[in-house]
Amino acid sequence: MEGCSKNGEASRQLLDLIPKEREWLMMGDGERSQRPSEEKKLELRLGPPGGEDWSMNVKETIKISERDHHESLLSLGYFSSITNKNNHNNNNNGFSFLQFPSIPTTSTIATATPHSLPVMAKESSKPCCTKVVDLQSAPEKKAFSSPSPAKNIAMPTSSQKRTAPAPLVGWPPIRSSRKNLANTSASKPLTESPNAVSNKGINEKPVEANRKSLFVKINMDGVAIGRKVDLTANDSYEKLSTAVDELFRGLLAAQRDSCAGGMVNKQEEEKAITGVLGGNGEYTLVYEDNEGDRMLVGDVPWHMFVSTVKRLRVLKSSEVSTLSLGSNKQDKLLSRSCIETKKEFFL
Amino acid sequence: MLKKMSYSSFPEDVLEHVFSFVQSDKDRNSISLVCKSWYEIERWCRKRIFVGNCYAVSPRRVITRFPEVRSVGLKGKPHFADFNLVPEGWGGYVYPWIAEMASGYPFLEEIRLKRMVVSDESLELIPKSFKNFKVLVLSSCEGFSTQGLAAIAANCRNLRELDLRERSEVSLSALERLLGRCPNLRTLRLNRAVPLDKLANLLRQAPQLVELGTGAYSAELRTEIFSNLAGAFSGCKELKSLSGFWDVVPAYLPAVYSVCTGLTSLNLSYATIQCPDLIKLLKLCPNLQRLWVLDYIEDSGLEALAASCKDLQELRVFPSEPFGVEQNVSLTEQGLVSVSEGCPKLESVLYFCRRMSNDALVTIARNRPNMTRFRLCIIEPRTPDYLTDQPLDVGFGAIVEHCKDLRRLSLSGLLTDRVFEYIGTYAKKLEMLSVAFAGESDLGLHHVLSGCDSLRKLEIRDCPFGDKALLANAAKLETMRSLWMSSCSVSFEACKLLGQKMPRLNVEVIDESGPPDSRPENLPVEKLYIYRTVAGPRFDMPGFVWNMDEDSALRLS
Repeated sequence: MEGCSKNGEASRQLLDLIPKEREWLMMGDGERSQRPSEEKKLELRLGPPGGEDWSMNVKETIKISERDHHESLLSLGYFSSITNKNNHNNNNNGFSFLQFPSIPTTSTIATATPHSLPVMAKESSKPCCTKVVDLQSAPEKKAFSSPSPAKNIAMPTSSQKRTAPAPLVGWPPIRSSRKNLANTSASKPLTESPNAVSNKGINEKPVEANRKSLFVKINMDGVAIGRKVDLTANDSYEKLSTAVDELFRGLLAAQRDSCAGGMVNKQEEEKAITGVLGGNGEYTLVYEDNEGDRMLVGDVPWHMFVSTVKRLRVLKSSEVSTLSLGSNKQDKLLSRSCIETKKEFFL
Repeated sequence: MLKKMSYSSFPEDVLEHVFSFVQSDKDRNSISLVCKSWYEIERWCRKRIFVGNCYAVSPRRVITRFPEVRSVGLKGKPHFADFNLVPEGWGGYVYPWIAEMASGYPFLEEIRLKRMVVSDESLELIPKSFKNFKVLVLSSCEGFSTQGLAAIAANCRNLRELDLRERSEVSLSALERLLGRCPNLRTLRLNRAVPLDKLANLLRQAPQLVELGTGAYSAELRTEIFSNLAGAFSGCKELKSLSGFWDVVPAYLPAVYSVCTGLTSLNLSYATIQCPDLIKLLKLCPNLQRLWVLDYIEDSGLEALAASCKDLQELRVFPSEPFGVEQNVSLTEQGLVSVSEGCPKLESVLYFCRRMSNDALVTIARNRPNMTRFRLCIIEPRTPDYLTDQPLDVGFGAIVEHCKDLRRLSLSGLLTDRVFEYIGTYAKKLEMLSVAFAGESDLGLHHVLSGCDSLRKLEIRDCPFGDKALLANAAKLETMRSLWMSSCSVSFEACKLLGQKMPRLNVEVIDESGPPDSRPENLPVEKLYIYRTVAGPRFDMPGFVWNMDEDSALRLS
């Protein structure tokens, strides 16, 4: 097949692209040195057969057949430099390339040892966001050196790198309609009659608990970096507009700064973002509601806004008028009458 | 006896008739590979097609090959779009398909869409183009409004099924009009905006309904509302499936008791009903095959379920407070163990919980070797076995080892590369695998790609998998529908290489913050979506998607 040969080609070419064997090594640099014992254990995967608890575990509980091992074993190039003794037919040419030698042992695949795990577990239960931030300031980031689960939390992914500490996006894997279910429980009093006392006890629980925080994504025209804003902490339109200023003033200034090649003076840099609600400022705050419609922030009662908002956007005021006239229905800002109709559905 | 026989000696009509009994797409595909004449006969009598990725083939090509299609199923965005991992505006527009089908398939009866952007314009085209249109299912779709639906309602007289899952409001009058015009309507799912006191009237107009999704299930407690509703429900003799129940007022639940014995499917996953009320309801549903429910059901409710619903095949338990740090209900691994013991037909599980143990997973695997779909989400990433502090490798290993027919698996909890070795070794029928916060190195991904023979969809987030595993298994990617990797360790260079060397793959790098080639060296790409296609690069990529085809080097300078 054409595809196969192509594949081979691709793999071969890859050799030149893989930075250096060193990158693959799981040896710690900087912050990793704190777990020397674990590093050692990780190397053990290449050690002589039968030496680890893991292999016992495997035999007893999962019973991987030896034949299967032949198929599934994978030895990465960099191991060969350490443990060539075991891998007779391993690559000697020093390429950091995938090989599939037949080693009829079970121990070589052992990856981590039970001893090191409690440590990892503890670490992993720490809030990850703060950790991410710490690591971003670390100067050298090796993209490929991330052997332990605890370390994985701190993977320097771009999305993490570019956003402020925030809850994990998309985790737990719940559809937005479900998040909505939780978030909009704030809107329940609207649909519930005050006479329906019988269910109060039941509904109370979710409502209260979900009010802890309600983070909504917010983006601003001309600012590449998205932020999140907690609508529980900023629980009024005034507070929200202050929050917008706080979230973006610095970023916007930095952006202008870089555009102007650093020639902008400090005062202009720190110009406050004001008037996002009245429609009379340079920027206007709009939101996408749970039906995907784009609406002006401030037109409906706060609680209704909170129960329907999906994401926020700070638009250039000049863009807002263009948008409302745009032909694309999805982007159309809803007119007042539409908003009124929407209100009826909630009331 | 086994004389060699020319297949073409059969009259075409006979073959066509024989083929008509073959329903599965896979088998039809096999038929068309037998010989040229079978290919020809088969393509002229294929009535339904399913395209798992709307960018894998052009609509024109589909229409040319299968001119007589009546039913089309299409999927758009990657599955992770459900969890907001795919940026807005990514694509998945249905319009080009409907526009082509409008001329190619005038007799089209069914359109089923998932995760697609459906504009009102596209919806308006449907009644104009397809005179005998019957079924429209929009699952996790977006982009349309009442206006588009009104066009369907006003003009599709033969409509049998209109399913607008998780989406959109329809005005009540439009809805009543729709019901009046559609005596054949079997499925109706309302949304939260439709109040309970309107439900009775809607039901009286459509007593033939088989599947009903209620709107908001709350109202003032008034006996006439209750008795009106209970009466309307008891008139729906065909009801097999109930869902909805937003903002439920438990006092109104008994209104559905009369239809419970007939129910095979119950979706209470939007209903904040507490355990005692749930147990009362479930005890009345002995024929239940599918239950979706919030974790308010707790371990004790699941135990009751295991005792009373012996036909249960599918269970989904969703978290009521997914973002809470503390456990708010008493739901543990034990609930799932109970169901795995009590419900012999259980084969599909989606379970959100906060603790798990290898022991429990092994027990579940042994109890239910018939499991085909197993998705477990332990809410806190990298949670170890709560009894032993070990990774859950062995537990998930037991699942793939015992459940020989496992087709779908989602992993969670603390996991090393070892679990991927088990998966590669045992999960030979696995078709879709979801991975998050797991593994230690490329070895993990390599085990999966090289071992899972039937794998079609793989989605990975926040795992230290990178170039080596990906490039070493490049040919495997052509056998799969798609691979999603976000916040992993794949370099831009590797993406380029893959895209250039594998012309039948679209390798799309997604980065909302700017061109991926302007990033610092060695910084992995933000998001990567790879899928096979015979249509070449797509034309509707937004600014934050870069396709790594042969020309990409030029375009990206």
